[in-house]
Parts: sequence; C-alpha cells; structure tokens
Amino acid sequence: MNWTTYHKASSVSEALSLLERSAGRGRVIAGGTDLVIQLHRRALSAEVLVDITGIDDLKRIEVHEGWILIGAAVTHAEVAANSLIRRHARVLSEGCSRVGSLQIRNMATLLGNVINAQPAADGAVPLTALEAEIRVVSKGAERWIPMEEAYLGVGRSAVDATGELAAQIRFRIPDSDGRAGFFRVSRRKALALPVLNGAVLLRPDAALTRIEKARIALGPVAAKPFRARGTEACLESGPLSLDVIHEAARIAAEEAKPRTSLIRGGERYRREMIRLQMTRLLQDLLAFPDAPAGTEAAPPQGGASR
Amino acid sequence: MTHDHTIRMKVNGTLLEARTRPDRTLLDLLRDEFGLTGTKKGCEEGECGACTVIMDGRAVLACLTPALKADGTDITTIEGLEQDGELHPLQKAFLDEGAVQCGYCTPGMILSAKALLDVNPAPTVEQVKEAISGNLCRCTGYTKIVRAIQRAAEEKR
Repeated sequence: MNWTTYHKASSVSEALSLLERSAGRGRVIAGGTDLVIQLHRRALSAEVLVDITGIDDLKRIEVHEGWILIGAAVTHAEVAANSLIRRHARVLSEGCSRVGSLQIRNMATLLGNVINAQPAADGAVPLTALEAEIRVVSKGAERWIPMEEAYLGVGRSAVDATGELAAQIRFRIPDSDGRAGFFRVSRRKALALPVLNGAVLLRPDAALTRIEKARIALGPVAAKPFRARGTEACLESGPLSLDVIHEAARIAAEEAKPRTSLIRGGERYRREMIRLQMTRLLQDLLAFPDAPAGTEAAPPQGGASR
Repeated sequence: MTHDHTIRMKVNGTLLEARTRPDRTLLDLLRDEFGLTGTKKGCEEGECGACTVIMDGRAVLACLTPALKADGTDITTIEGLEQDGELHPLQKAFLDEGAVQCGYCTPGMILSAKALLDVNPAPTVEQVKEAISGNLCRCTGYTKIVRAIQRAAEEKR
C-alpha cells in the first residue's frame, strides 16, 4: 500500500487544514506526473495526498498592475496556449511547450515542476530569467520566495509540500520593446530531457546600440536553473557589437558549469553548445547578420572537433 | 488497513462505480476493475504513451493518474471509439493504411489522434506529428500512422 487517503480540496484553506491534520504525513499533489513516479519508487512517501487541481482560485492566469500571476493548478499546456503569456512572455510559453509530452503537459502544472526542483525544467528556466517569485502559504502565514531561492539542491525545494502550498507564481511583465528567446538541445524533439536549455531576455535601447538590461538563465548547468550574471554584465557593459556577442557567449560557456553526465552529455560538448546556442540566439534577437563562415562557430582553444 | 474508496466516473459514456484501494492508478482501475484492457501498460513512468486515455477532453497518461484523481471525470478509452459495431474512422484508417503491426502502441496512438481531431479537424502533417509525439512505436516507423491520421481527418470532413 502506498498512500491511504486521497482528498480533492476545494479551497486553499481546506488544503492547508488537511495538511495540518496530517502532521507531516500528507503531501500536496498537483498534476502528479513527477510525484506518482516518486511515490511508486518510494523515493518519497505520503499517507495522505491533497489534490489541489480542483481549486478554482489556483486555476487562473491573470495580469495585475504590471505583473503576470499564474496559479498552482495551471498546467504547462495551459501556459503554452495562453494568449496573455504568448503576447507578454513568450519565452515561458515556449519553454512550457517543450516539457515531456503533450499528455504530460495536459496534467503537469508549472508550479509543481518548480517544486520538483530539477535544474533544467523547461518552465523553470524562463521563470528564472523572468525573475519570478513564488507565493507560499501555510496555516496563518504567507511568504514570497524568489525563484533563485526556491531550490535548496537538485530535487530539493525550499517549499515543504508536506506542510505548505506554493499557491502562485508571479513575474513582472517584460518590457514590450524587449526581445526574448528560448533554446533547447535534446536528443529527440519530444519525450526527451534537455541536454541544455536557456532563456534570454534583453532590453536594448531604441537604436539597438546597447543593451540596457539582460537576463539570462541556463540549465542544466548547476544544481538549479542558473542565472548567467557574468554574461548579463558583459552584454550590459557597453556598445553592442558582434564582438560583444561572441564575448558574452564565451563567458556563458565558461561561467556555466555543465558536468559530464550519462543523461545530459559530456562537459566539453555542452560548453561548446552553450557558446554556439548563445551566439546564434543573441545574433538572432539583435538582428545581427550571420557572421562569415568559420567565425560563427570558432572553436575554443584546444578545439572541439565538429 | 485497506481504506476502500468509492469512485464514480463516466467511461465511454457509461457511469461506472467501483470500490478501490486509494493508491491505485487509473490504468489499473480501467484494466483490472473495469476489464477495459485496451489501454496498455507500457513503461508505467510516463515515457511511452501506451496508456493514453482521454480525460475530460484532454489526452493524459493513465499510468501516472491516481484513480481517485479521475473520480467524477469523463473518460474515453479505445473501447469507446466503436459505435454500434462500426469502427471509428481512425480505427478504420489505421487498419487500411497498415499502421498497426504489433498493436501495442495503437490504442494510445489513436486516442492521441482523436484528441487532436476533436479540436483540430484539419491538421497539418507537423501538427499530427506533434500530437503523437508522446506515443512511441517500435514497429511501424510512424509514417503509416501519420498517413492514417490524415486519412481519418479527411474522411471525417
């Protein structure tokens, strides 16, 4: 026997009461696509599951005073298809549309994926670049956690799903004259974990001569979605040029720390892919013409062969 | 101590009721309780799509769905496609196009296709491929499956 009780909560306060009564033996379940596997493998345990996907308050995507707010019961498929998100934060739609498979996206929630705390979750990487915050509620208390503080380690969330509920995630609507893109490298086009992914948000000046603000997140190159602050600083540092783009891509490949892994690929390959993908994406977003053949993919010292 | 839960759901248009232990998956409920063995058990970890059913209009994986999550929902399995002894256009097209070899992926594949055609009656090839990208087939190489879905879409129009 695995879990012994399954409750469908109809409100946030009911969910919290059920968790409190379960005294640590209960757990929030949203879509369940990660949790059911973990429970079956006994990597996690719970006697009581509190299903939050029927709570109307948690099903909304809304705009409020310059913020976009997404409820805990919203699925990846809903984020990917939502016209508000596609218009204002397309990187998030794109990321969400690449998670798992269509069937998984129909059940798996964006916020549940964040709580699952994997470093390359395709929704979490854009959320990191968007500098999102999570509203966590428990009996009598509420707090906001920035995305970067939501991860304690691989698979370990700052949110304790046995006693609290991540109810909502929010981020400021990016500037409408900003440019943003998402990239993903994987062994197949679907049902495949990312070998690499990244989200880039840029706010260039009107004349495209400099970057006023850059926010870049990469995965899986650290224990959690990685803010490439060195790369951001390089892009923000001065007048924009192809050289600056190449330098930024070089810094991204250096400051990210992909490890050689059986499922994610080799370190040297992935560093080279970071450099290549970032170069292409930045050139694309900033409308720089393709560099002459041979220079775009200039290998690093000691060269990776093609 | 077994905590028996009563579960009610509409399956292929009929309201069904069962008593079940709480930690069952929808897949096991459909196959073992309701005898609907058309939905297949492949990987049991959400990686193959063989267990695809349609729940409240969306294609989902029965192996990862707790049975109690499906309480009160409207489920379509492969058994529900046939009407009055007549095969559904998708079923006919799969047979006519040779898109069935071992048949193991077929129920899940057809339901993913049905979920697509229910919202998009005239899909492009890319859209068909996207719709079945969560269903693995080891036999056919997918070409005839895609053709069968396109053919079914045409015949339905």
